[in-house]
Amino acid sequence: MADLDELYQSIILDHNRRPRNYGQPAHSNHHASGRNPLCGDEVTVWLTVENDVIVDVKFVGQGCAISKASSSLMTDAVRGKTRDEALAMFDRVHNLLTGKSDPMAERKSLGQIAALGGVSRFPIRVKCASLGWHAFRNALLGETTITTTETGDSR
Amino acid sequence: MTPLAPRSDFPLLAGAPALHYLDSAATAQKPQAVLDAIAHFYAYDNANPHRGAYALSARATERYHDARTTVARFIGAPDADCTLFVRGTTEAMNLVAYGWGEANVQAGDAIVVTAMDHHASFVTFQQLARRTGAEFRIAELTSDGRIDLESLASMIDARVKLVAFPHVSNALGTINPVTDIVAMARAVGAIAVCDGAQAVPHLAVDVDALGVDFYAFSGHKLGGPMGIGVLWGRRSLLERMAPWQFGGDMIEVVGDQQTTFNSLPHRFEAGTPNAADAVGLAAACDYLTALGMDRVRAHERALAAALLDALQPLDGIRIFGPMDSASRSGVVSFAFDDVHAHDLATILDEHGVCVRAGHHCAQPLMRRLGIAATARASVWVHSAEDDVRALVMALQHAKVLFADGALR
Repeated sequence: MADLDELYQSIILDHNRRPRNYGQPAHSNHHASGRNPLCGDEVTVWLTVENDVIVDVKFVGQGCAISKASSSLMTDAVRGKTRDEALAMFDRVHNLLTGKSDPMAERKSLGQIAALGGVSRFPIRVKCASLGWHAFRNALLGETTITTTETGDSR
Repeated sequence: MTPLAPRSDFPLLAGAPALHYLDSAATAQKPQAVLDAIAHFYAYDNANPHRGAYALSARATERYHDARTTVARFIGAPDADCTLFVRGTTEAMNLVAYGWGEANVQAGDAIVVTAMDHHASFVTFQQLARRTGAEFRIAELTSDGRIDLESLASMIDARVKLVAFPHVSNALGTINPVTDIVAMARAVGAIAVCDGAQAVPHLAVDVDALGVDFYAFSGHKLGGPMGIGVLWGRRSLLERMAPWQFGGDMIEVVGDQQTTFNSLPHRFEAGTPNAADAVGLAAACDYLTALGMDRVRAHERALAAALLDALQPLDGIRIFGPMDSASRSGVVSFAFDDVHAHDLATILDEHGVCVRAGHHCAQPLMRRLGIAATARASVWVHSAEDDVRALVMALQHAKVLFADGALR
């Protein structure tokens, strides 16, 4: 059960109960949706990007605690970041979720997002945790088509 | 309540004593007898059926033929030649759509399904309607998860050519009144297509007494191997149907420009048949026959009642489908307000409890229930009361975890 406590840390449960930056904004200049057809999870992310900086980020979604908390953590993490900083963060989170980096080592620099490290021991749940991040990345890169985590591309 | 069949009959369960497998509706665990039958075929009887003029091939042909007879008898089919081997329920439904539907449904006609149909029939007949220009009608459900027979009756008029419905709902467990629905279809000259995937492993099925025109099921849900299933059809319909897949085995004479086709059942079984898995499916039928389908049903009904009793008191639970075990198979779908089904499944998994979480290939149903996903527990012959207890304990843990937050 230790793995379970690692997965459902209090930060995750808190962001699931009280998702931050939740709701569709009146204004945005980038958005994208993600969907996991196998489980029916959906998320839409809206960004306002000004002078290469993400000044606002909001999301709406339905899904499990992991997908909701991860999206919520994402919004807090990327706000105020430049485009390149945010994309670098996407890569680090991707490595964290897929067990390619050490959550303990990443804890200081990743802050609250390090709480997602418990996901790596539940391969089935990696897609839940990455859904919001994929939608964010696609929104940032200007791809506004609906994306899916069920493709062969694990990113 | 002890299991009807010992866990030792199932190598996977015997090797995992702490596992509580409550996902038999997705696929059943395999009895040793089934694994042995498949291995025996490959070890002693393997040759290409219907081809070689030598004793071994004749034996393979005979095994395949015997398997068909056994399976036909198991579902009360009066005519083994009308019991077609296919890959599973999905392929069976596609065979009906392409083999019967394309020739008999046209623009201006209507097709009726129910809101509880599995995607295997829902999507297949929705797409048949789109190809032919027929109207696609969906019979709604009552609040306790039964087919609303008034809604259904109002949709079945003279334009309807095909009525499809599940014998037992995979997501709700509802056992449907097949003969009543068949009578409605009959009255307007429509055919009745019944998805028996969730019925054949759990109830005594007699396709002739049910009066349906087509009846489909999958072997893997009754302990047989994956990749084999059955479409049973009325001879009068099958004989008038054009083949939908072409190739070896299904032909009579192949000319340069035209071909005549083999008789039933071969005209609908193109290519080398899946003989070994047919033999495995027949072994699964024999296994269930030895247990007795009436006893299987009684066992599962008692477990469904135990599940309902154990789940109902849980705080914030919503149980879908009929609440009386007489109208329900051993399937119980449920959801909590505060814990998503996928989180439940992960937490339950840590307790060794396997349940399905998701839309159960029934998205139209999930939309009507107003929910994206449910957790579903389903029992079979090896299930016992300690499986139910383990489920409830794990659910209580999930509730505590989500109510209080993590331990740190």
